Amino acid sequence: MSRTAGTGAGAEAGVGDGAGAGDGGGAVVAGAGAGLDGARERWVRTGGVELCVAELGDSARPTVVLVHGYPDSKEVWSEVARGLADRFHVVLYDVRGCGRSTAPKPLRGGFTLEKLTDDFLAVVDAVSPDRPVHVVGHDWGSVQAWEFATARHTEGRIASFTSMSGPSLDHFGHWIKKRASRPTPRRAAQLLGQGAKSWYVYMLHTPVLPELAWKGPLGKRWPKILQRVEKVPAGDYPTASLPTDAAHGAWLYRDNVRARLRRPRADAYAHCPVQLITPTGDAFLSQRLYDDLDHWVPQLVRRTLPAKHWVPRTRPDQLVAWISAFVTSKEEGDPARKTVATGPHADRFGGQLVLVTGAASGIGRATAFAFAEAGARVVAVDRDAEGAARTADLARLVGAPQAWADTVDVSDEAAMEKLAGKVAAEYGTVDVLVNNAGIGLSGSFLSTTTEDWKKVLDVNLWGVIHGCRLFGRQMAERGQGGHIVNTASAAAFQPSKILSAYGASKAAVLMLSESLRAELAGQGIGVTAVCPGIVNTNITTTARFTGLSADEEKRRQTKVARAYGLRNYPPEKVADAILRAVVRNEAVVPVTPEARGAHLLSRFAPRALRALARLDPPV
Amino acid sequence: MTSATGAAAARRGGGARELPADLRGFREVQRLAYDCAEAVAAQLRPGVTEREAARMQREWLHERGVRDWFHLPFAWFGDRTAFTNFRIPLQFFPTNRRLEPGMAFILDMAPVHQGCTADIGYSGCLGLNPVHDRLLADLEAHRDLILREVRERRPLREIYEDVERLMIRQGHANRHRAYPFGVIAHKIDRVKERRWSPTVFGFGTQALKGLASDALHGHRDGWSPLWSPYKFSDHPPQPGLWAVEPHLGFRGTGAKFEEILVVTDSADPQESAFWLDDDLPHVRRWQEEKAA
Repeated sequence: MSRTAGTGAGAEAGVGDGAGAGDGGGAVVAGAGAGLDGARERWVRTGGVELCVAELGDSARPTVVLVHGYPDSKEVWSEVARGLADRFHVVLYDVRGCGRSTAPKPLRGGFTLEKLTDDFLAVVDAVSPDRPVHVVGHDWGSVQAWEFATARHTEGRIASFTSMSGPSLDHFGHWIKKRASRPTPRRAAQLLGQGAKSWYVYMLHTPVLPELAWKGPLGKRWPKILQRVEKVPAGDYPTASLPTDAAHGAWLYRDNVRARLRRPRADAYAHCPVQLITPTGDAFLSQRLYDDLDHWVPQLVRRTLPAKHWVPRTRPDQLVAWISAFVTSKEEGDPARKTVATGPHADRFGGQLVLVTGAASGIGRATAFAFAEAGARVVAVDRDAEGAARTADLARLVGAPQAWADTVDVSDEAAMEKLAGKVAAEYGTVDVLVNNAGIGLSGSFLSTTTEDWKKVLDVNLWGVIHGCRLFGRQMAERGQGGHIVNTASAAAFQPSKILSAYGASKAAVLMLSESLRAELAGQGIGVTAVCPGIVNTNITTTARFTGLSADEEKRRQTKVARAYGLRNYPPEKVADAILRAVVRNEAVVPVTPEARGAHLLSRFAPRALRALARLDPPV
Repeated sequence: MTSATGAAAARRGGGARELPADLRGFREVQRLAYDCAEAVAAQLRPGVTEREAARMQREWLHERGVRDWFHLPFAWFGDRTAFTNFRIPLQFFPTNRRLEPGMAFILDMAPVHQGCTADIGYSGCLGLNPVHDRLLADLEAHRDLILREVRERRPLREIYEDVERLMIRQGHANRHRAYPFGVIAHKIDRVKERRWSPTVFGFGTQALKGLASDALHGHRDGWSPLWSPYKFSDHPPQPGLWAVEPHLGFRGTGAKFEEILVVTDSADPQESAFWLDDDLPHVRRWQEEKAA
């Protein structure tokens, strides 16, 4: 109780400061920071500092305030701000001591969260006096914004908050306390894991040395380090103000971290909806930090992004999409309607563009539905127009915000090129590509005609090649990651006397996927080969059986279809495996138990598989 | 028979097919069962459990003179309508799953009344559920397909496979495969009225006796009272009454209808097979949708 009262007093003092600074107002000056062409600039005086504020977009639209982190200035947001500007009134400002804003004097004690909150309120009062704003924070910007979103005196000024890579120090304090007070092995591991990731926080607490390093060698090498380690693309970021930003910003840590972690506020409940975007490859923050967040945030939407720490630089398109969707749903959405899909992995695939070939039936169709349930936008491609349309139709029913059908034969190069052009122009860059279309072919090698060979290679191999070539290039050119899934088969590593042609085509797909995975790894594009095994789909009824009369072939199809029906492994399980594989970025995924067994044997007992290959099939 | 059912029968009256007396009894009990399903469905509220829904059906029919059962009423809510993760037959029995807004449900009952058996399935949902609406609309094609192929005297196993293929083309899963023996239909017949008619695992012993004797005769003559995907159903439709229950499932939502198909040995295709009654809730719903 006494702690709550103390916080209340602090908040009151904060309001006093803000009101005192309010008289500064802001003169609008035309100008722009690096990478923020066309931004309107103004200065806001508050609490003894002058803040440099940039605005983009129509100021009548909902206001989105972007708060940068450490060691950054508002230019870290340039790509995201540009993407948001045509739909929103985008406001960026340099936090005190960073970029072109002035630093408080003295520095010690000038960077407390209370003062940063007053800065924020002064900016918001200047740019959006009547309407609450949507806040987006990255790194220390997010740490600050958690304070804005949980402090009592900002209530009513914030409509929503999108957080990335910056936990609330209060929540963090409770997180540590909970794990330290009752350290089960798992909790201890989590604590030690985050403790190791926080090495730089300890460094920043040493006096003088960080400042010297930033103003000396570290500041000079930082852009190269970002490019090499964090894969941040080169360009007009970081800006020339980096050494002073970083030197001043060290006081963010020194003024707040120890105080807040030692005595975290007990009432740090968010008073606005929060969207949490967690990069899975963040070197500084464990994903486990957010495990207890539902306790603090009544309206929480979780998103995960396979990326490193600097997502505003490396994944701006995805951020723009998620921020836009979240802000729009809070501005004009029907509160009763669920805006976020609820299926498994919805945090990962929500709003992403997924293209599935062979989507009119079987594994392709089930995969399209699974992605639709996760909230992805789905393009269903098949040569069966009716089936593809049906898939798109049902995909919309189960949760895809948008779904389209396209009739294309994957073996037709020109048609695939046309499809790639159309998808890029109308729907955007594909985030996940599933090259699933395939046909079956069974029979002895000597009875397989060159026509049969051509057909099976055209669809099973060339279809995959075209897909990877066209859409993989689009992903690589965008430079913001992606994933390619190729459907190979257990026949890719299980030889069989009746599957020489089919197995050859699938083995080629498997090796293509593995090599492509190596090639695209540096660009954040994952490649997965899925090897389903015996799955109950209609590949059997459309498969070609060589060396048989038409009647016999028909009979064989029926028999094999019945056998697959008896095995009854549902394509939905393969679809689940595909989504899991994309989330975990797995290389080769055998799915059914027999496929997993064969995969294991192919590595440890290949002679056993060769013996199996000689057996006559039971049907 | 209560006045309510009498009124319902009078309301429908008219255009229905003229039935011989022995079939009229079956139609009456099928209508009684569907009236029960509609009455119970209208009383379902959020929070009602499957057990309560099953008891409501049992009591409604008991009040109207039903004393024996082919099987006791079932009720499935939510993803149990698609038999998600069903491994053993005991999972069919009603549980304490509660109904929530937007949930699909299925009521399935098989009362015996005055010696005549009916076996019906009624799908509905509480409030809005677009997936359920789609499933119910997609069932219409199956009703037509089954009748057409039975009139063509195709082997039951092939019809089963054609129905399954259509379901897969529609994008759905075949969920009647989860029933015992994976049956899409089973024969029903008259049942002797006894003073005491116990049930075993939810099935009436008198009705089971009839099914067993059919199975025995059929085994000798090369047919089966169970319409399954297996070899023992590889024969043309056997004359008699078949309770047909195609059951669609789509990502955790299921829908079915179940009604009696009359198969005769008539040479006239129209008379060789027909649905016992065309005035049923799901059929009316399709007609209304077409009219709208």
